[in-house]
Formats: sequence, C-alpha cells, structure tokens
Amino acid sequence: MKTISRRDFLRGSAAGAATIALSGILGAPAFAEEETEYEATAVTTVGPDDGTHFELWSFVDVHNEFYANMVNEWNELNPDRPIQITFSTYPYSDMHNKLMMSLQAGSGAPDICDIEIGQFPNYSGTDSPLYHLNDALAPYEDSLVTARLDVYSDADGNRIGVPTHVGAAVMYWNAEIFEQYGLDYKSVTTWDEYTELGRQLQEASGGEVYLTSVDTGGVDWLWVAMAEYGEDWTGGIGGDVDVQIESVTKMLTMQQEWLNEGIAMISTDGHVDLEAGFANIMEGKIASFPKAMWYMSRFVNYMPEMEGKYDITTIPVFEEGQINSVGIGGTGTVVTNQCADPELAAEWLAWAKCSAEGEAHIWNDLGFDVCNTELWYDEDFAFDPDNVYNTFFRVEPHSVLQELADNDAIGTIYTTSKSPTLNDYFCTTTLNYVLEDGWDVEDALQDAQDYLDFELEQ
Amino acid sequence: MNKAKKLLYSQKVAPYVFVLPFVLSLLIFWAYPLITGIIMSFQEVSFSGYTFIGVKNYVKLASDKFFRVAVLNSFEYMVLTLLLLVPIPMLLAVLIESRLTKARGVWKVILYIPALTSVVISGMLFRLMFSEGDNSQMNQLLQALGQSSIAWLKSKGTAWVALLLLCMWRWTGVNMLYFVSGLKSIDNSIYESGDIDGANGIQKFWYLTLPLLKPTIVYVITISVYAGLSMFLESFMLWNGNSSPKNIGLTIVGYLYKRGIEKNDMGYACAVGVVLLVIALIINIAQLIATGTIKVGKNKGED
Repeated sequence: MKTISRRDFLRGSAAGAATIALSGILGAPAFAEEETEYEATAVTTVGPDDGTHFELWSFVDVHNEFYANMVNEWNELNPDRPIQITFSTYPYSDMHNKLMMSLQAGSGAPDICDIEIGQFPNYSGTDSPLYHLNDALAPYEDSLVTARLDVYSDADGNRIGVPTHVGAAVMYWNAEIFEQYGLDYKSVTTWDEYTELGRQLQEASGGEVYLTSVDTGGVDWLWVAMAEYGEDWTGGIGGDVDVQIESVTKMLTMQQEWLNEGIAMISTDGHVDLEAGFANIMEGKIASFPKAMWYMSRFVNYMPEMEGKYDITTIPVFEEGQINSVGIGGTGTVVTNQCADPELAAEWLAWAKCSAEGEAHIWNDLGFDVCNTELWYDEDFAFDPDNVYNTFFRVEPHSVLQELADNDAIGTIYTTSKSPTLNDYFCTTTLNYVLEDGWDVEDALQDAQDYLDFELEQ
Repeated sequence: MNKAKKLLYSQKVAPYVFVLPFVLSLLIFWAYPLITGIIMSFQEVSFSGYTFIGVKNYVKLASDKFFRVAVLNSFEYMVLTLLLLVPIPMLLAVLIESRLTKARGVWKVILYIPALTSVVISGMLFRLMFSEGDNSQMNQLLQALGQSSIAWLKSKGTAWVALLLLCMWRWTGVNMLYFVSGLKSIDNSIYESGDIDGANGIQKFWYLTLPLLKPTIVYVITISVYAGLSMFLESFMLWNGNSSPKNIGLTIVGYLYKRGIEKNDMGYACAVGVVLLVIALIINIAQLIATGTIKVGKNKGED
C-alpha cells in the first residue's frame, strides 16, 4: 500500500515555505506566469549600424513608432552624428518593474525610457538614477508649458524627464443628446448651472440619460476642482499632504448631491477610460464628462461611431474668475545613468519631443495637445483639415486650447512621492465611502487624512 | 583507477554528488533569497543602497491597517478554499472512481482542463462575467430571473463569490486528481472484506475510504494552506490591478507587491514577506502536528 512518508511531507511543507519565502523576496512564483507571458511585444531596431546605439523602452506601442520616425528624421538632419535605437515595448507594469529592478541593480537598464507620470515619483527622489536634462531642454524651455516640465523635475529643480503632452482637462459633451432635448449646454460656465442642466436633462429624458458619471476609481474630478481653487493636496514637492481642503470637499459634496438627486451615475468599473465607460458613452447613458485632451484618441480608436456627435468646451467653475483646467496624466521620457553617451541621447530626446518637427508628429500621429503653446496658434499646425481630430468633433480642439492659453487657465497639480499612496487610498477607499456608501464628506476626508498622516509619517 | 575516478566510485562520496544539484538549487534559489529577504526587512532600500533601520519596518507593520486587512483577507480565503476544495474534489474523485461511472477519462479531462488555462486569462474572463454593467453575463442572468443588476465586484460578499468560483473552477480538477491517485492505492480486498461484513456504501466511505485517504487529505490541506495564503494573481486579474474597492481583494502577497513594486519600498515588502512566511509555517506545522504527520515528544524511528 502506498502512503506518503513523513519525509515527503516535511519536504512538501519545506517547499511550500520556500515558495512563500521566495514570493516574499523576489515575487517569483506569483509573477512567474506574468514574466513568461509578458515578453516584449515588439523589438525593432532603427538607424544605421555605425550610429551611436541606444536602447529605448516604452509601454505604448505608438510611442515607439513615433520615436522611430524621429530617429530617421534625426539621421537625415545630422548625417555626421547618426544614431541607432533598439525599441522594446512592454506592458505597463512589467516595464516599470523591470526598469526599477535594473536601476536598483545598477545594470541592465535601457539608455532612454518612458515613465508614466504616476510612476515618476519612484525615480525622482534623492539619489535619482536619472540624467539631468537641463542643458538639452534649454533651447526649448521658453516655448514649453513650464508646469509640464516642473512635474518631471527633481527636488532641486533639475529637469529629469521630457514631457509628451499637456493633457489639458476639458469638458466633453454629447451635443446630439442635448439637441434632442432642446437643452443648451454651451452657455454653462459654473457648476451650479451645470447641476441645473442636469436637472433639466433628467426631467426631459425621464431619468434615462445621466448628466455625467462620477468616478470611484479615479481622481480627475478632484484635480479639476483643486486647479480651480489653486489648491494642491500633495502640498507640492517635499510638502505635506492635506486632503481636507475646500476644493475637494466642495467637489465631493456636489457629486454626492448629484447622486442623491439621480442626475449622475457612478462610473461603471470606476472611471470612464475603460470598456464599460466607452459603452456608457456610446449608448448615450451619460451626456457629458470632464477628461484630459488625450481622451480624444479614445473616441477615434474605440468609439468611431461617435464622430460628429461630441463637442468639447472648457470645464465649468465653482466661482467666476477661476481657472478651469489642469494637466492630467502623461509620460516623462528619461535618460538613465546607465547610458554610455547621455549627452547625445538627451539632445536627441529633447529634439524628438520638443522641436516643431517632433511636436507635429505628436499632434498628428498621437493626437496629443503638445507642450509648445506657440504651435497652438500656428494655423498650419493646429487646424490642418487632414488631422482626424480636427474633423471628428464639433469643434477644432485647438480653439479650445487657445481659449485656455489666452486665459492662462491650465493649473498644476504635482505628482510627488506621496501621490501613489494618496491616489491609492482615494481610489480604493475614500471615493467608495463617499459616493457608494454615502458617508459624510467631512468624515471621509478626516479618515483619509488620519490614514495618510500615519502612512506618510508627516 | 585514478584518484578522481576512485573518489566518484567511493560509496561515501557518490551520494553527495547525486544530491549536489538539489542542495545547490536549495542554497541558491531558496536559502540565499530567504536570508537576504530577512536582512532586507531590517533595511531601507533606495537607489543609493541599503541602510539598516532596525525593526522600524516591523513596528510600522504592526499598526498598518491595510496589512491587517490583507492578512484577514488571505486567512479567510485560505479557510474558505479549504472548506470548498477538500470535500468537493474528494467526493468527485470517489464518484469518478466508482465502478458505476462511465467514461471516467472524459470527466477527469473536463475537470482538469481549467487548471491548464492561465490565471491571467481566466481572471479576465471572470472579470467580464461579473462586471457591474447591465450586459455582463451574471447580470443578464439576474435580469432573466427578474432581479436588477448588481455591482458584483464592489462589495465583499458578491465579489468573493466570483473569487471563490474562479478558484474552484481552476483547482477542483487538480485536487481531484490527488484524491484519485490516493484512492487507487487503497487495496480492493479491504472493500471486499467490508462487503463480507455487510457494510453499505456510506459506511464503506466513512470507515474505510476516509481513514485510508488520510495521507492524501493531509497533503492536499498542506498545499492548499499555502496556496490560499499566497493567493495574489486571481485577485490581481479579477480587479484588473492591485486596487480593489475598499480593499476587499487585497491579499498578503498583493500588499507585498504594492509596497515593494508599486511604491518602491523593498525593505517594507520584505517585512511583509517574512510575516507571511511565519504565519504559513505556524499554520502548517500546527496542522501537521494535529494530523499526526509530525510526532511531538516521541522518539520515533524512521518510517
């Protein structure tokens, strides 16, 4: 008769313990599957073999296509200093994990790398392993939105990342719905008027159409509110987190009222930048929402049926005279301290993303609002009818951007080393307490502040 | 014979040569990371290197409410999976091995196939099935029954239905195979003598099958305990990331990942890992003592 011996058992439990220990230290077994499945999806090399060679990692395929174009253009313009770049595209978290590990280990990191803004604080603290880009960016500094450069700087003000876009927050409206019910959305300038419009829409549609959807899994609404009041819950770089501020309180209280009145819904799956959000937009369940300029590409890529139906305006404000936009999201591209020729890499990078040539690709190919505001007024650049974004919506996006620039209306919220903890607590806990469970806003913010004070040791 | 050959043929040395690969892999892939991890749990890890900070990580861990949530979730998950994944596969195994069952191979394959799919894929499928939108499968089902849609993955009760279903769907077949092999090792003559003594089916199961399956049961419990405690990927895929509403899906390993990878705090993450190791060891050793697999206080010879 076969039995399992005691020795087998001990070995079994030892192996079990070992696996747990390993998962504690390396994250080995739990992520082994991910590792094998998440091989680089695309590896390409662009440029002549005699060029200076660099490795570049990104988590977005189209970013690498853009960079590849810029390598070819650079080599045409600089035949004496050719470069060659090998591009690898990894999934989001995989790429950031690999980058973190290789920088900590001191070898294996790429020369140039995309870092998503939410991850950026992990790399920008003291002893940052990133190359200073001050000199490389100097020629472009005057024409770029300073706030965007500031968010990719270290505590001493050194530039360590090159921005891709502004990500100005704007209001998206399903104009067709409002026309159908004979409602005027264009004259809305304050949140009070916006709420009133929501009531009218509720009445006209019999509660079928919600004015908007509020997020339990994203903080964009709160960013907009903070920008309007000129507040920043992170306290800036090196500052203390304070979430009990007027803007956040007002926005959450207002959203709670919308939900109580039934004029807004809670975003399916947490926020609108997901399949379920696209579905709500396409089905006309929600009629408007604030989101960054880059959300335009979601329409073109995932909701082509909405062509001609949507309009874009600036976002309502709490009080007249407030600014009404903020740069949301983004990617900072960096040169690491493992790069053999960081000077050349930095020069190419700054040129690729900040020069007029590069910016044209960023707007036409990627559909992003570029950081060089002078170009927003350039007729050929901004209003080219061949650009899909100029014809997809009921307005040319740059006319909205010009309005924002004219009023100097794009505020800054910092992404600091405390941001991941802050965002995580709001997206998992506080927003659910307030919007799903109907907690008193003051209580929920007090709870958040208590936790953050403890966690961040401030 | 030259010296080297002599050494290899020596009865004293040869066994060590054979166990060397195992010993080496144990040292390199288990002992080294384990020791480094324990050391790192007393350090702060940054780009500039490692600084010893004493027991600061552990002190913070003791009053960290998310860590408590994570431990509680992992523990609950472990207990629930034990309750589901030991009796159900055992019954299935007994049924499949029964003489009355036709096409045994087919049943085994059907039950085992889910184990071959990647958690990444199955987690994604379950996420879509249990999505809060009106057009998800589960909500369609509810609507067909005249109920309104539920935000499945937003409250713990309903979300854990999805989580446990996912777990059962994947692991029932695996545990069943363990039990099938356990059943096969039981001598048929024992059942025959049971028949002679006039035992009915239930009595045979209770008094013969169950005691003789004990080694298999203990084994399945042991691996299920640590599998339950170290669950991460299922939750990660079900909520499309490591953040679930009010942390209903946060597990110990999920928290470790959050601190170590997402927040770049390796020292703290190592402290989390060490605590997980200690918890798992305590539970498993207690369980092995309770089931008599490890004998305490008796000087027992090798079996």
